[in-house]
Amino acid sequence: MAIEVRIPTILRQYTGGAKAVEGVGDTLAAVIDDLELRHPGLRNRLVEGEGLRRFVNVYLNDEDVRFLEGLKTPVSDGDSVTVLPAVAGGDSAGGSASE
Amino acid sequence: MLSIGSELVDQIVAHARRDHPDEACGVVAGPVGSDRPIRLVPMANAERSPTFYRFDSLEQLAVWRQMDERDEEPIVIYHSHTATEAYPSRTDVAYAAEPTAHYVVISTRDPDHVELRSFRIADGEVTEEAVEITGRE
Repeated sequence: MAIEVRIPTILRQYTGGAKAVEGVGDTLAAVIDDLELRHPGLRNRLVEGEGLRRFVNVYLNDEDVRFLEGLKTPVSDGDSVTVLPAVAGGDSAGGSASE
Repeated sequence: MLSIGSELVDQIVAHARRDHPDEACGVVAGPVGSDRPIRLVPMANAERSPTFYRFDSLEQLAVWRQMDERDEEPIVIYHSHTATEAYPSRTDVAYAAEPTAHYVVISTRDPDHVELRSFRIADGEVTEEAVEITGRE
């Protein structure tokens, strides 16, 4: 199952500058593992421990995978995955967000 | 240096004031590689917090796709601080992920005087830059 994965500017250092790469797998986790074979270091920017990193948004077609099954979200041939680093920050007095 | 039209600055400041005491946030898009901020896109602060901001993830997807379709990129990413100075905080620096954007921070801590400053944030380093406001009579 070929899945297109769109890569944000800040992660293109792992893909030789490519804006989109292709991976295979039947879940998001499998696709990321597959991409890691050809683009070492990419997985670590997306995954922390057992789940996706907090401030990285991953979308399957038009949905945020946080509202699906996260890394376990099933994917199908022709699906498109988009990665965008979250845009966030705060006041120096504030510290981290509630989540 | 950030070069930006006065009307855009006024709109950004108005947005920050409107959302005070929550942090306001948004983007000014412009043609890829142009370094010209043209199109204001105020964003909702999904955190609705006086000390933190975050773009709603689905709104961000829509805006980023729209910019892609129009051959634009985020030239300015702005947000406001409501009780502290207009300087990137540790979290601002930690989460900055667009190395070519101008990070504009506005402070609304003083109701009579809004501070607006611009910075480059790349590889964890903050560099302040001058702001040239164009079109002001």
